[in-house]
Amino acid sequence: MMEVLLRVADLVCARGGLTVLEGVSFEVSSGSALVLRGPNGSGKTTLLRTLAGLQPAVAGKIFGTDDAVAYAGHADGLKGTLSVVENLTFWGGLFGFGDIAEALEAFHLNDLAARPAQSLSAGQKRRLGLARMLVTGRPIWLLDEPTVSLDAASVELFGQAVRRHLEGGGVAVIATHIDLGIDADVLDLSTFRASTPQGGVFDEAFE
Amino acid sequence: MKGLLIRDLRLAIRAGGGFGLALAFFLIVVILVPFGVGPSQGVLAPIAPGVLWLGALLACLLSLDRIFATDFEDGSLEFLATAPVPLEGVVAVKALAHWVTTGLPLTLAAPLFGVFLNLPAGGFGWLVASLALGTPALSMIGAFGAALTVGLKRGGLLLSLLVLPLYIPTLIFGADTVRRGVDGLDAGTPLILMTGITFGTVALLPFAGAAALRVNLR
Repeated sequence: MMEVLLRVADLVCARGGLTVLEGVSFEVSSGSALVLRGPNGSGKTTLLRTLAGLQPAVAGKIFGTDDAVAYAGHADGLKGTLSVVENLTFWGGLFGFGDIAEALEAFHLNDLAARPAQSLSAGQKRRLGLARMLVTGRPIWLLDEPTVSLDAASVELFGQAVRRHLEGGGVAVIATHIDLGIDADVLDLSTFRASTPQGGVFDEAFE
Repeated sequence: MKGLLIRDLRLAIRAGGGFGLALAFFLIVVILVPFGVGPSQGVLAPIAPGVLWLGALLACLLSLDRIFATDFEDGSLEFLATAPVPLEGVVAVKALAHWVTTGLPLTLAAPLFGVFLNLPAGGFGWLVASLALGTPALSMIGAFGAALTVGLKRGGLLLSLLVLPLYIPTLIFGADTVRRGVDGLDAGTPLILMTGITFGTVALLPFAGAAALRVNLR
């Protein structure tokens, strides 16, 4: 029996004051991944942001995410004037996980190490943004469309990184439409679509 | 936390206009005043304390909107919010970085600018002291304002409108400190009051700023 790292019970998520998802429940055990599917606007990003604690859940419970999640959204969080190594070292230091050599190796960034991030191509920036996940040392990865602007070889690199993370006992929740070559459960969010979208009732300022 | 401070300072230096911009703006304001009101000593000396403080305040305002806006746009702020550092600390450190790149150089350069405005000799010590103790409040209040307006497009103007009224107490006591110093009166009282405001903002506004960021990140 694997240990459950992330558990969600009867979660209701809202975006911009509108309820988009309701009754979301799932469990993710150590070493396994969950792939979120659903058409545009079905609430994949909303669910991931709620799990990351960036926005409060309207109702329901999330267990296991306290100081355990690393979230990668649509933006890579890179500073153009800092070099690849400086960008990674900063995030590694902030999460108290100093070793960036492995992350550079995993995403084939060694040759680019001294380049300023603004001179990288879109795909290279994305690789650097994903390498950031490795230096957090966090067990739960929340990835929102991680393969955007990656070429086939880089998608393969990313798949390997996720597999290594899972083998190390981690967990990944990934919103993607691409087959990453990972053995993962699939959660179709369109089945949790809120029946009648309505305004959120929680108090914005004091929640 | 130290890493965040070092990163912000490094960004300010690399992006250009970190240390130099506020200082150059201060210099221009101070140079424009004699052109506007005339260069005679009798006119400049009485208004010098107020003009120097006003110039420092406006120079501080210039770079406020960049405290959080760049981090918000490139997604760093979301990552910072999930990092194992309190968001209150992030706000405080960013205010500190802003002060090191604006308030500190302004304080150090102020005596030179005082010469341009014919500031009487008795005021120089008080000018440096009041700027050193007062400008941290400007950065801290500014960081709070920047946190409030971070998600808005063209929030810069709104930020100025929000922040400038909050600068009034610091401006009153700061300029009064220098004026009393020039007149040979006891300047300690306004200086202590202004320092109290600074400590108050540093104690309270990181929490207010963090709360504003959490709302704006949704």
